[in-house]
Amino acid sequence: MGLGYLVKRLLTMIPVFLAVVTLVFFTIRFAPGGPFDGERKLPPEIKANLDKKYNLDLPLWKQYLLYMRDLSRFDLGPSYKHSNRSVNDIIGEAFPVSLELGLWSLFWALLIGVTAGGLAAFRPNSLFDYIPMSISILGICLPTFVIGPLSILVFGLWLGWLPVAGWDTPADRILPSMTLGFAYAAYISRLTRGGLMEIRTQDFIRTARAKGLKESTIILKHSLRGGMLPVVSFLGPALAGLLSGALVTETIFNIPGLGRFFIQSALNRDYTVVMGTALLYFTLIFVSNFLVDIFYVILDPRVRYE
Amino acid sequence: MPLLEVTDLRAYFHTRKGLVKAVDGVGFTLEKGETLGIVGESGSGKSVTQLTLMGLLPSPPLKVESGKAMFGDIDLLNTSDSVLRQLRGNKISMIFQEPMTSLNPYLKIGTQLIEPLTEHRNMDKKQAWDEAEKALKRVGIAHPHTAMDAYPHEFSGGMRQRVMIAMALTTKPELLIADEPTTALDVTVQAQILELLKDIQQETGMSIIFITHDLGVVAGIADKVLVMYAGKVFEYGSTDSIFYDSQHPYTRALLKSTPRLDQENEALPPIGGSPPDLSRLTGGCPFYERCQYRMDECSTIWPEPKSFADSHKSYCHLERLPG
Amino acid sequence: MSDGLAATMESPIIVESNLKQESGGVSLWEDAFRRLLKNKMAVAGGIFILLEIILAIITPWIVPYGFEEQNLENWVLAPSAEHWMGTDALGRDLFTRVLYGGRISLLVGFLASFVSVIVGVVYGAVSGFLGGRVDNIMMRIVDVLYALPFVFLVIILMVFFGRNIFLLFIALGLTQWLTMARIVRGQVISLKEKEFVQAAHSVGVRRWHIIKRHLIPNSLGPVIVFMTLTVPSVILEEAFLSFLGLGVQAPMASWGTLISNGVEVMEIRPTVLLFPAMALAATLFSLNFLGDGLRDALDPKGAKD
Repeated sequence: MGLGYLVKRLLTMIPVFLAVVTLVFFTIRFAPGGPFDGERKLPPEIKANLDKKYNLDLPLWKQYLLYMRDLSRFDLGPSYKHSNRSVNDIIGEAFPVSLELGLWSLFWALLIGVTAGGLAAFRPNSLFDYIPMSISILGICLPTFVIGPLSILVFGLWLGWLPVAGWDTPADRILPSMTLGFAYAAYISRLTRGGLMEIRTQDFIRTARAKGLKESTIILKHSLRGGMLPVVSFLGPALAGLLSGALVTETIFNIPGLGRFFIQSALNRDYTVVMGTALLYFTLIFVSNFLVDIFYVILDPRVRYE
Repeated sequence: MPLLEVTDLRAYFHTRKGLVKAVDGVGFTLEKGETLGIVGESGSGKSVTQLTLMGLLPSPPLKVESGKAMFGDIDLLNTSDSVLRQLRGNKISMIFQEPMTSLNPYLKIGTQLIEPLTEHRNMDKKQAWDEAEKALKRVGIAHPHTAMDAYPHEFSGGMRQRVMIAMALTTKPELLIADEPTTALDVTVQAQILELLKDIQQETGMSIIFITHDLGVVAGIADKVLVMYAGKVFEYGSTDSIFYDSQHPYTRALLKSTPRLDQENEALPPIGGSPPDLSRLTGGCPFYERCQYRMDECSTIWPEPKSFADSHKSYCHLERLPG
Repeated sequence: MSDGLAATMESPIIVESNLKQESGGVSLWEDAFRRLLKNKMAVAGGIFILLEIILAIITPWIVPYGFEEQNLENWVLAPSAEHWMGTDALGRDLFTRVLYGGRISLLVGFLASFVSVIVGVVYGAVSGFLGGRVDNIMMRIVDVLYALPFVFLVIILMVFFGRNIFLLFIALGLTQWLTMARIVRGQVISLKEKEFVQAAHSVGVRRWHIIKRHLIPNSLGPVIVFMTLTVPSVILEEAFLSFLGLGVQAPMASWGTLISNGVEVMEIRPTVLLFPAMALAATLFSLNFLGDGLRDALDPKGAKD
């Protein structure tokens, strides 16, 4: 069935992944400055020692091959800035935090987005349509780094309802994940509405009516599946967006996640952490796009035969 | 008592661009076991007429202005949505022009096929599945058992139309409304589908309303013909009287442009001009501008019907159309 | 079935008024413009953007204070007659800074979109014109690139190669060309299949003439729409980078920088956050409405609701 296609997709990921590794590796290495060129100049012998320790004294192609060798063993190397910690350790610690943030955000986005979009689609041109659709324009035009501080200001500082920083108690999860999920809830509500409205004009919905089916059957059985396809195909890009949005959210809400680490490490020129994190991001996005594709194929039988 | 009697049906679209009189004074009667052909160009109101009877058009913009449609003792135009819903797919079934899009692409054929039975006959899934499989066999699907598990896109247009017919017939309806069921199909498949419909009608004694723009198709299947144009009835009568004694210039023009098997197909004269914009109709005959027999009063006065033999009626100012 | 009958039978009676569609180019544009004027949100958006552009150009001559003029005694003042939007944490006039920030944000937005249009048009046109295998491979590459999270590449570029404004808009532009390439390729291919181009070919009309008479006028609409919708997303991305401290660098400041500065003092004086945030949001709103309006106006059939 569509299996061949999926296998082919998986196989094309390999060269793309290698290309990305290579691109990122050389981009970082060709940039001026190194990990140990701080504001304070290190004494030459110490720098030489450090360079030797991390193989930075070897020719670039050797460094590249060494990196690839380690990578093939899923070893992302040592951090240059956090002595005695490997990149794997850092990711292992920070990634679960980001993952949790991301999943909560996706949960809010889907819950709010599909509900609002569904209501709007079945009561078009009513308040159920106008109010959520107006709010969704806000969600699309107001970036996370505006909504985040504003929600801290309103719900945290003025109303005092929710904690505004940290990642310890369950209540800590609410504001950051809602902030991050808001924009996607907005997109998803519009896609849901559009998808369902489009389905309603299809010939096969007229057929379902002509069969004398109940309105609820027409909605749940005949409309939802096709109507949700735009939302499903949006989930891939949405995940990429959530990852970059997490950079901001984690910074604003002071959450010890991977995004904050990525930015700090980039600013510190911690080569291996930046590489490792970036590769993890790419892998995540590939994998999730792949999963979305599979999901799409399950939902739309026509794709299986193309 | 006729199965269906429609009198003076008027249904208008209230759009931002103005009033569109899509159906304007349509009437006909249909006896049990009879087939009525409704002929007209696209936009003539033939489909809107049927969709209005079935309550399948959104209102607004459509509004039924007047008329009666007695199906037994139920007035289809004046009954609750739930009564209509229980008739649809049960006593009255429909098949449509677009076999490629009329089936839900996301659901298995079987899942869609059993719906009328589970909805209207209270059958459980298993029973309905068996029944539906039989229906597929009856309409000539080669491997009904595997077909039940297939998706619509795996079938050709002709096969899908057979599935649609099977779906419409599972509940043994008293009336089948077929809206251009063969238009999208090629000629051989068209003939097969028509044969199939006629056979099933013989078996079950159902009545058919057959909507088409193709007079040739009507000749083969209908007992009576209603010719529509711009929402109005132009001519109504038995198939024979329409084909051999047509009294309306429009019907005549249609006949001339229809290819016939018994004559050599020379150049078929198309009807000059184009149909009028329905939102800009005046009080007269909408065919006025294209009519080769037009008279002064045609532009302002809509004619009273002229009656001929066997309840054959023509809406034209001409006393008799010259041979 | 007879062709003559089919032709007359299938002519629709209820026709929308877009029959003139493919007739002369001038009336198409006039039609589109008239449709656009009916869309009040799009018109409001367009006017707002025009005003902003004019303001951005004349900023140096109208601002009451210097861009970096600090007055530490007057820090985080509330809005007043002297300081319309108050002052920031270093006592700089916020109104002046919002105007200057707008200059940077708009400049980056427009230049980066321009870069993306150029790259997209060239790539798409080449792919479409060449067709066949080359086209296939080129579009495969676009598919693959679509899946890449460009933001991370841009961050890496910005961090490691210095935060230079030219690098910034090239990097941002390079993240946005993929859709443009697809649009232009689609246009080229559909044009190649249209009869008038084939006819022109057989008559021996020069290629450049085809491009000038058919390709450019036909692609102009989608390109304009795409451009209008790309500018806000680039502005957003730039603000995102600047918010993280990875975009334009001091002394330059974009709206993203101002918002990030505002967050630091929002507990004391929320207006320092609110004014730049409002400026950014209003711009994004306007451009999105204008873009949507243009899309509906230029493609009446594709118009939603």
